[in-house]
Amino acid sequence: MPEKIGGSCLRQGKGKPPISCFLRELIAGKEVLIMNVDFSKLQPYVPFILTGIWTTLKFVFVSALIGLLLGTVLALMKISKSRLLKAFADGYTSIFRGTPLILQLIIIYYGVPQLTGYDMPEFLAAIAAFGLNSAAYVSEIIRAGIMAVDKGQREAAQALGVPYRPMMLDIILPQAVKNILPALMNEFITLTKESAIVSTIGYLDLMRRAQIVGANLYRNFEALLFVGLIYWVMVFIMTSIGRRVERRLRQSDIG
Amino acid sequence: MLDQISTTVEKGEVVAIIGPSGSGKSTFLRCLNLLETPTSGEIYINGQNILDRKTNITEIRKNIGMVFQHFHLFPHMTVLENIAYAPQKVKKIKKGEAVEKARQLLAKVGLSDKESAYPNQLSGGQKQRVAIARALAMEPEIMLFDEPTSALDPEMVKEVLDVMKDLVKTGMTMLIVTHEMRFAREAADRILFLADGKIVEEGDPESFFTSPKTDRAKEFLSKLL
Repeated sequence: MPEKIGGSCLRQGKGKPPISCFLRELIAGKEVLIMNVDFSKLQPYVPFILTGIWTTLKFVFVSALIGLLLGTVLALMKISKSRLLKAFADGYTSIFRGTPLILQLIIIYYGVPQLTGYDMPEFLAAIAAFGLNSAAYVSEIIRAGIMAVDKGQREAAQALGVPYRPMMLDIILPQAVKNILPALMNEFITLTKESAIVSTIGYLDLMRRAQIVGANLYRNFEALLFVGLIYWVMVFIMTSIGRRVERRLRQSDIG
Repeated sequence: MLDQISTTVEKGEVVAIIGPSGSGKSTFLRCLNLLETPTSGEIYINGQNILDRKTNITEIRKNIGMVFQHFHLFPHMTVLENIAYAPQKVKKIKKGEAVEKARQLLAKVGLSDKESAYPNQLSGGQKQRVAIARALAMEPEIMLFDEPTSALDPEMVKEVLDVMKDLVKTGMTMLIVTHEMRFAREAADRILFLADGKIVEEGDPESFFTSPKTDRAKEFLSKLL
């Protein structure tokens, strides 16, 4: 049993020991006793928790893909001339943005089996809820990105007699991408963080694993802090990628 | 915005549309290719009523080139791609042919050395000349110019007007909304003077500029330098 940090510091004298004493012992590689935090107990569970990175990323990725595809379709509906399509897409967005994500998840996981008799696996419920929810946000991002393209571009294409489809594909969308990508990256970062909500239906993601380890150890702080760090690193990496993409877009900014 | 506008433009005629700001000059021009839809009235182009529901406006637009005040070049395409795009997509002309034609037009507007530049690398005057070439690439019978020099620095106005004068010589039918009075006087066959959404006066440039008939036109001309 290694000597605990703080022990010798506290023994030294009366009153509060100087912080430098703790730092000295910390650097010397002693275990940290202060505030009753002990990461050494976490060690056997580290592989179990790390597997959660994959579980989380897998379902975030699939959800993002569903969100992107469905969101694109919804965005096209929103800018279409058909009132019916527009009303549908607006209604969809309103419902999925206007209710809590956790409610949507639980309705899908517990509610749908009641209606259909089909017992839905956690993974399916998770990607359904997150995909459908994300689509609402993505559709707004894409719609706004398209609307932000200078009106003159559309007029110039129309004046040349360019039909709607090639106008959208060749003129408007390539310019809209520049507005859309950074916001889309933000949406996926949000999705990654919010993904922790699936722990409530028992899907074995990072968050859920931290809770299980915490319950096993009768100490929650270490595991929670550990997955917190993992979430932060994942988001940090995504943010860095997003920045790089944004910079590349700005370099090719030919407006 | 516009009220009781009625006029006829002959083939090969060059009409300059002038008047105070907010008089509806641009709106009038934009009605001619339905970038703006009039609430009532009739517009005939080559004998076809373009406000008729049966008319395919995309077909009509192929035949009408338009040049905008703010150019509206496609920023993600090179100069050459800007010009060659519509002929390929709309007229289904082969790429090689469209590019060849685009090069000829670029030479005509004096920008052969800029074919692989992007619009943001050009000056305002150069952008506008490319925009004219882009419109001409569709080989339209009619060209509309919506204040083509209003957004330019003064020293670049001439290069654009020169290109337009060349175009006048080719016998192109042109409608030009402009604030360049000298150009209107030299290049146009007819002046349309618009104020408050109405055609207040129309006539040949010489008599309009030397002896305007209406008070509104007199007042407008007296305010010019």
